[in-house]
Amino acid sequence: MANTQQFDMPHDTDIAWCPGCGNYPLLIILKMALAELGIAPENLVTVSGIGQAAKAPHYFRGHVFNGLHGRALPPATAIKAVNPSLTVIAESGDGDTYGEGGNHFIHTIRRNPDITNLVHNNMVYGLTKGQASPTSEKGMVTPIQVAGVTMEPFNPVSTAIALDASFVARVFVGNVVQAKEIIKQAILWEGYALVDVFQPCVVYNKINTYQWFKENTYALPEEYDPTDRQAAFAKSIETEKLPLGVIYTNSSKKTFESQLFTAGSALYTKRFDEQAFSDLLHSKR
Amino acid sequence: MLRIHDEISIVLGGSAGQGIQTIESLLMAALKSQGYHVFATKEYMSRIRGGSNSTEIRITSQKRAAYAKRIDVLFPLDEGVLTHLAKRISSKTLVLADTKLLKKKYAHAILDVPFSRMAKEFGNPVLSNTIAVGVVLGMMKVEMADFEATLRKLFGRKGEEMVKKNIEAGEAGYKLGQHLAFLQGLDIQIPRRKQKQEDLLLSGSDALGLGVVAAQCNFIASYPMSPGTTLLTFLAQVGQRLGIAVEQAEDEIAAINMALGASYAGARAIVTTSGGGFALMEEGVSLAGMIETPIVIHIAQRPGPATGLPTRTEQADLNLSLYSGHGEFPRAIFTPGSPEEMFEAGQMAFQIADRYQSPVFILTDQYLLDAVGNVSEKDLKRLPMKHMIVKTKKDYLRYTLTEDGISPRGIPGFGEGLVIVDSDEHTQDGHLTEDLEMRVKMMDKRMKKADGMRKEVLKPVAGGAKQGNIVVVGWGSTKGAITEGLENSKREDIRMLHFKQVYPLPKHLETYFEDAEKTIIIENNFTGQFANLLKQEGVKVTDTILKYDGEPFCVEELTKIFKGL
Repeated sequence: MANTQQFDMPHDTDIAWCPGCGNYPLLIILKMALAELGIAPENLVTVSGIGQAAKAPHYFRGHVFNGLHGRALPPATAIKAVNPSLTVIAESGDGDTYGEGGNHFIHTIRRNPDITNLVHNNMVYGLTKGQASPTSEKGMVTPIQVAGVTMEPFNPVSTAIALDASFVARVFVGNVVQAKEIIKQAILWEGYALVDVFQPCVVYNKINTYQWFKENTYALPEEYDPTDRQAAFAKSIETEKLPLGVIYTNSSKKTFESQLFTAGSALYTKRFDEQAFSDLLHSKR
Repeated sequence: MLRIHDEISIVLGGSAGQGIQTIESLLMAALKSQGYHVFATKEYMSRIRGGSNSTEIRITSQKRAAYAKRIDVLFPLDEGVLTHLAKRISSKTLVLADTKLLKKKYAHAILDVPFSRMAKEFGNPVLSNTIAVGVVLGMMKVEMADFEATLRKLFGRKGEEMVKKNIEAGEAGYKLGQHLAFLQGLDIQIPRRKQKQEDLLLSGSDALGLGVVAAQCNFIASYPMSPGTTLLTFLAQVGQRLGIAVEQAEDEIAAINMALGASYAGARAIVTTSGGGFALMEEGVSLAGMIETPIVIHIAQRPGPATGLPTRTEQADLNLSLYSGHGEFPRAIFTPGSPEEMFEAGQMAFQIADRYQSPVFILTDQYLLDAVGNVSEKDLKRLPMKHMIVKTKKDYLRYTLTEDGISPRGIPGFGEGLVIVDSDEHTQDGHLTEDLEMRVKMMDKRMKKADGMRKEVLKPVAGGAKQGNIVVVGWGSTKGAITEGLENSKREDIRMLHFKQVYPLPKHLETYFEDAEKTIIIENNFTGQFANLLKQEGVKVTDTILKYDGEPFCVEELTKIFKGL
């Protein structure tokens, strides 16, 4: 196993997560994945929004852009575009990515930047104390949804497949080996890679517990073909038991940054073209 | 005999899609190359085809940059124009029209000029535009050889055949113009500069775009909204040649968050929008303040509230930009009043944003962006562009506490350090903190940058009388109209102060108003937003002149007001 120490924060780092939180195993899994891929902290930018999941970038070494609620994807897209040599991960929760940032989620999939999007999906709002999230089950009772959630839960996997996302996967932090391997694949994938991560909130979600995820998920079999979009869509709308694994891939798409006028090297290394400016000025004569 | 000396105001009117734009471009190019000063303003309806729109072209012996209400020569391309512009047509207005194009009865004496029939004779209805331009040039006795050169330049890429046709049509129009001037006893004499001028012909949008390019901007993400879109279009058009990443975002929120991500990673980033779009960007302004990441924000003002008048002009978003974003952090607001100042503002905004790692605004408006005029290249001042990014060392701290509040700014991937930025309050290393002592230190550090910004503000420009105890104050797009209005008023006791930066205001602001018995603030808004800001800064404001009908101030109304002061 590769050494994850280079990603460790000092021992006195104050971690704001509750004991038993599903964020802890994901943090360990992510460090292992990064170490095994040989990615240096100096070459890694993690972008997040707001919420308990969005604090994750503060707990492992690397560059950090911890922005606003729901807004991890736009800066992550731009960072990759401006310096394509960086490995860029956008990491936030279900409320941040699918609720507040829903529009960015849709359009980032369409844009297809070469970034990895890790979405901590615990089906509840933790930091604001237990309200429904976009992925909460119907009927779930909360301090606000006192008679139970009435909206249909948002299905990020089928939404992403409907938008022909380049890479769509779902993992459960209780299945460490599979989760790590899939996160590695997502990071290596050239294009937008969504990993919807099941990880329980032990304080506010009494329905979707470790036990519940264990009982209500199954790993996709080896022979499953993720390139068949219709089959992948059918998988994504299964409800009895939820599939884990790489559900859909489309390797034919160009990345966002490769199609920009500035594609190639990092913008900060480029020199201003005085001749081009002079030509532009004189075209206005 | 009708004498028009010194300057002439020609108005082209019609519905969208009728070719006003083509006539304007041809006429402006031909006259500019002749050494005339030209200035064109547009007013149009919010629709793609139809409606009633007009362009005013002023040809002047001195450089002018203001809208005049008076019309000397009107070319209505349909009858709707006569109703639309009724209030501006006087008994002195010469109306030239192809009467075949006018359906209804009209009250004005109209000189029939058969543009469309003539064009048909040349075998192409499009040529009626060139004929119309020829008529004007013929009436003005501009040399035909120069007109030919302009036609060659503009139509050259369409092939020799097209050039030939246009020259023939232009000549026919030209002769007709001479003939009409003779018949009407029309004597137009606008002095022009003797030397052929290599002036640029720039819209406000062009000038701003050039300034932004000169500032070495290399990233724009925006969502289209009139009238802010023109900058996005400008940069998209030149992006390939100049190396600018251009993205149309899904909404304004994405646009500003993208631009901040880009800036964090080392780009020189801008967003452009109008008031309504900017309302969505406000959270990003606050984020820029907190993570101390440079960002330039262009707000092209139009009348609000809400959707307001999408294609008209106003200066009512000063407060919006001044107070935008939750929390407290430094900012700067530039308010250029001419193409030359647009070019300057584009560069200054990037310089200040970069140096102070703060959000910086450029406030313009529809009128200023759409106005086109001749600009001498030597009046476009290039500023030295110093890049402030540092190569990081292993122990790099993004928010090092410093004397002037400015922490050296590293970017990810350049050096060995880690660049950590956080919208939460943070420690020097950028990680979030709830240490309240650190909070105070960081607030003090960020706000200290305001002192530096205040030291290098662009000072207000003086105009009007050298001395005088009446001071009229403008900001942004009112500059041209106030300047010309003062000149016309012939008042020797009124001086002008024009603010091309409204925030921060210069130190010792009161010295600009010493001896002032009357201080009058002129603004295109209802509440006098700049007047209120000046009052807040201790200036004794005695009166305001406000206009909020969606139109810019015109020379005549300010002249009259200044005469009566």
